Amino acid sequence: MKNNKFLTMAFESSCDETAIAILADGREVLSNVISSQIDIFKNYGGVVPEIAARHHLENINEVVDEALKKADVTMEDIDLIAVTEGPGLVGALLIGVATAKAVAFACDKPIIGVHHIMGHVAANYIEFPQLEPPFTALIASGGHTNIAEVKNYTEVEIIGGTRDDAIGEAYDKVARVLGLGYPGGPKIDKIAKEGNPDAIHFKRVFLEKDSMDFSFSGLKTAVLNHLNIAKQKGEEINRADVAASFQQAVMDVVTEKAVQAAKEMGHGKLVLAGGVASNSALRAILKKKCDEEQIKLYVPSPILCTDNGAMIGCAGYYKYKEGQRSGLDMDAHANMPLSKAK
Amino acid sequence: MEIKRTITIKNEEDTKEFGLWLGQNARAGQVLALIGDLGTGKTTLAKYIAEGLGITDYIVSPTFTIIREYEGGRLPLYHFDVYRIGDPDELFNIGAHDYFYGQGLCVVEWADLVEEELPEDTMYVFIEYGNEEGERIYKCTF
Repeated sequence: MKNNKFLTMAFESSCDETAIAILADGREVLSNVISSQIDIFKNYGGVVPEIAARHHLENINEVVDEALKKADVTMEDIDLIAVTEGPGLVGALLIGVATAKAVAFACDKPIIGVHHIMGHVAANYIEFPQLEPPFTALIASGGHTNIAEVKNYTEVEIIGGTRDDAIGEAYDKVARVLGLGYPGGPKIDKIAKEGNPDAIHFKRVFLEKDSMDFSFSGLKTAVLNHLNIAKQKGEEINRADVAASFQQAVMDVVTEKAVQAAKEMGHGKLVLAGGVASNSALRAILKKKCDEEQIKLYVPSPILCTDNGAMIGCAGYYKYKEGQRSGLDMDAHANMPLSKAK
Repeated sequence: MEIKRTITIKNEEDTKEFGLWLGQNARAGQVLALIGDLGTGKTTLAKYIAEGLGITDYIVSPTFTIIREYEGGRLPLYHFDVYRIGDPDELFNIGAHDYFYGQGLCVVEWADLVEEELPEDTMYVFIEYGNEEGERIYKCTF
């Protein structure tokens, strides 16, 4: 406790960020330190697990010190340790989990494990202090594409997910074949602004009627076929047009389903979460559709869309307040269904 | 590497038939390497192998997480996409060998990138584009 506020220290290392944050009373960010490694990974066309794990290990103590310093608190002031326990790259997750457990044990603090997706949802509680569940959430990131009903602070029901590629994976693969580099999301979003989204019609895959699931694998193949045919004919490829048309095909489906889900749930609120929430086309199209349906749209700022410690701290705080605790036998889980998040 | 059979796959039905057969005949500790360009249908084949094992979950892309595990079938399935692994040594560091020599079936996409780290008795399927649209040629070492 400091100034009569409950302090949570949170660890997030599920992928390429080593991130540690300190929050007061669950929603006020005192520090949010992210040691981004994107620059290192640019040479590899993706996140390299071993490198991720090694850099997490090299960075983590420094990030702890920095988080305490920026928040102007000491370890004695901390009331709770929160940590991402999954899903993610297991080698990377382990560094965060092991460090959090060591700190909790050494400083005699309670510890709580947090599901990464619950963290992305909670980013919105930080950004919007008035936001309260229930609401509809669209969670889209490198490894996840889900539509969910957020029932309360600790309970999320997934009503749709991808059956093959996550949005981020589809973007990365299309960026790979277009020679745009990694990460694919921002690269395609940027070049798409110079292209015509109606230049090429890629089929929109809605799956069965009323299904909230997604499939992007066919779209990726359609882009590949388009490029191969153009190559065979010796035609020049307009990368901006391909990127814009691909992005439009993705967003038409994603926004249609998300808004439909929000309408059916009837909470009047749609919340975006995950790294793909930074995508400018997604924001613009959703805004328009939500306005038409009188649904209030919540989009967190880019710093809270990317993987960060603050979101984990917020989600962990609410679990703790509900009486949940984790033990020092907590493990990291590469695959972790949300049903196990509680 | 000796190619022992070459199969012409005309459509997804053929992929399904071959995948189901692989899944039904898989044994614990087997490693199946799928090698082919983006869009040749490696994950689609993996999906039918899973179905052949009796797994009912959706087989989603392992590209982001590198490894995905599926229980609930006749054998566990460990589905890898090693595209983003820069150096074969990194496989060791993520514990891949525990899977390769474990009690399940490992299906490894982009296995050519880590060939030296795979067990000697790994079974390979090289997937190439055929002449017709949608056609694929499977070249197998078994």
